[in-house]
Amino acid sequence: MASSRMPYDGVVVAAPVTIPYRRYSINSAHWWIGRAVRGVLDRTGLRAGDIDGLSVSSFTMGPDTAIGLTQHFGLSPRWLDHIPLGGASGVVALRHAARAVQCGDADFVVCVAGDTNQVDSFRTMLSTFSRFAQDAVYPYGSGGPNASFAMIMRNYMTRYGPTREDFGKIAVAQRANALSFPHALMKKPLTLDAYMAARPIADPIHLFDCVMPCAGAEAFLVCREDAARDLGLPAARLLATIERHNAYADDAIQERGGWAVDIGELYAMAGITPDAVDFLETYDDYPVICMMQMEDLGFCAKGEGAAFVRGHTLTNDGSFPHNTSGGQLSVGQAGCAGGYLGLVEAVRQLTGAALGAAVPNARIGLVSGFGMITYDRGLASGAALLAG
Amino acid sequence: MTQLLAKPRRKDPLQKTRAPLLPPGARSRTALGLTAAAAEGRFALQVCADCAAVIYPPRDACPRCLSPRLPFRDVPDGGVLLVETTIGASTDPYFRERLPWRIGTVRLDAGPSMVTHLHADLREGNRVRMTLQLDKSGQAVAMALPHQPTANMADDPQWRELTCDPKFRRVLVTDGRGAVGQAIAKALSDAEASIVFVGIADPWKPFPGEAALRQIARVEIVPLDLTDTVSVEDLAGEIGGRVDILVNTAEHVRPGGILARNGLVVAREEIELRYFGLMRLAQTFGAALRARGADGINSAVAFVNLLSVYALVNWSAYGAFSATEAACLSAAQSLRAELRPGGIKVVNVFAGPLDTDWYQTVPPPKVTPAALAAATVDALRRGLEDVYVGDVAEDIRARLAVNPKALERELGS
Repeated sequence: MASSRMPYDGVVVAAPVTIPYRRYSINSAHWWIGRAVRGVLDRTGLRAGDIDGLSVSSFTMGPDTAIGLTQHFGLSPRWLDHIPLGGASGVVALRHAARAVQCGDADFVVCVAGDTNQVDSFRTMLSTFSRFAQDAVYPYGSGGPNASFAMIMRNYMTRYGPTREDFGKIAVAQRANALSFPHALMKKPLTLDAYMAARPIADPIHLFDCVMPCAGAEAFLVCREDAARDLGLPAARLLATIERHNAYADDAIQERGGWAVDIGELYAMAGITPDAVDFLETYDDYPVICMMQMEDLGFCAKGEGAAFVRGHTLTNDGSFPHNTSGGQLSVGQAGCAGGYLGLVEAVRQLTGAALGAAVPNARIGLVSGFGMITYDRGLASGAALLAG
Repeated sequence: MTQLLAKPRRKDPLQKTRAPLLPPGARSRTALGLTAAAAEGRFALQVCADCAAVIYPPRDACPRCLSPRLPFRDVPDGGVLLVETTIGASTDPYFRERLPWRIGTVRLDAGPSMVTHLHADLREGNRVRMTLQLDKSGQAVAMALPHQPTANMADDPQWRELTCDPKFRRVLVTDGRGAVGQAIAKALSDAEASIVFVGIADPWKPFPGEAALRQIARVEIVPLDLTDTVSVEDLAGEIGGRVDILVNTAEHVRPGGILARNGLVVAREEIELRYFGLMRLAQTFGAALRARGADGINSAVAFVNLLSVYALVNWSAYGAFSATEAACLSAAQSLRAELRPGGIKVVNVFAGPLDTDWYQTVPPPKVTPAALAAATVDALRRGLEDVYVGDVAEDIRARLAVNPKALERELGS
């Protein structure tokens, strides 16, 4: 199939920044986001006055929105975006910013996501996450996303047959990748036995299926390819993106995400097929969602995720490198920054700047975002293909 | 099969009484439509007035046609349990001390899927009957029950958390001199209440039905005069920490409107017994009830008011009486808010004219004391908050919902 969409020619992603995560922080989201913006300036040599576009994602910066940060940070952008889409924030911020740069509405867009995690702030956030969560989910045992995804996982296992071992393989491989990634909060190797023996959180989800909420920030710069070259910045090109929300609303239990609607277009726009992808960064709030993405992103058919996982090694030196920094399962989930983690890591891998183990000959990476379980399913999904 | 509830052992007075916590009670205003249905034991969801879509969770625009006209309507309560999970870790303190806790997703025959509490006897694929219940926070939650009754069904701990089942609970019936109090005592004993304290003013004075009352299993007669503050305080001092359900059965029914009263003597008596009696009970027993809302199997659960349905709208044939009942209803609403921190339900049982001496001249249909007692026990077992007993009460409620002004005229003619 051919794509009728305008390509992202001449747009690049550069300056991947991660502010090392902390389990708990007494600092505000503003502090974390500010550090990440500063990190982009330090890395690029740009001055604050050069930043004419800003895209912000955060759950914990209330009562502020992006506009409040302009004055807080002393920025005067001519293009401003606020994308509260959780795990889909990175991909969506990127595709908005790319078009702004491509059309000349802005030259240097800093995309940043950051959240703090104070003692008890996770509970507070869960209870007020969405109106549907407040009215129709949180009063039911207050298990948070663990309980909601437990039902998605259980239904998926019953319907398609993967076992806990299959999900364990994903988690164990990510931990192996994380061991060389300096910013991962989880530093201990994980064995499949330990995964299987972990305490139940919300059956069938056990401890190592869950991410650890933490504080942190991630950022990157979107600019024109020639501008990056002038600044001497290694950069990744943007080949294609997709975004879809509230797809398959009639599925009684979520078994697929919005990627499945648009995946043909993603590859058509990039002019490649899935076998050209050298590594995959999925949104890994739970391993079952990783497996769902492997299917919906076209690496295997629906229901064949388990067989696909069994047939591959998922570490950075393996046949299908997946979540190469360790993902949120091993690095930690810093709120909306969790929706940036894979994208920032992909830019590093594609520009020869991996902080941990590099994926050999990484030329094309696929980054996927997923987020916002406001009632019983994740609503937001997106994906981007990047090339080094 | 649900595990049979074990009779609670005598409480060790040295043990800390578990302080009541409440499940999350924040709701959107629209979602309070569910609370209104749950209070009366109805299963009502929003049904789009334009396209007839059944909608859940509650919304302000129809997801099929964007209509803003989304009234709550009774809908079929059947469904299938698609998937379940057992929560082993919770961020909420209330649930944390009640883990593990089972929830599931039910596909309703009416259309939408509901995340819901689960009865222990349910398994994936089972047919279920959905019900809306008031939880300890006073807000509505959905619970899936077995389609057909199962053994010991009411003993399920998650269900019992949502109800006020008298089984193994200690009850105070405040006035046993009349037929209503006696019928209630009997019904609660039959419902396996572990003690039924029955208050009798001036116990040395004989009264009709006394012998039968004393024959009821687990009934314990206690001296209680609701018009006497010292009497109420004395009894509360003695048994206040052991009353899990309080049922105020005090009656003072006299015919006539305001002009018929000719002075304040009768009105004063009426208010002394009904309104001040209610306040005395609340002030002496309320704090202990509220403090014992999470005190194990026989935690305190309910404060029950037997009210005339004419508390809702005045019936001039019993005009002064109606006014006193209205005062009691208003006080009950205040009590609801005040007892909620303990998870205590204030149950208002509204009845039309009873089949007793003081309604002698009123034509049928009338409510027998036994029917009133059965409805009260049923309300406790189902965890209801507002109950309408008998044809007259149902009729008043229906008319009131449609046109209160019309009803005022109808009852005043």
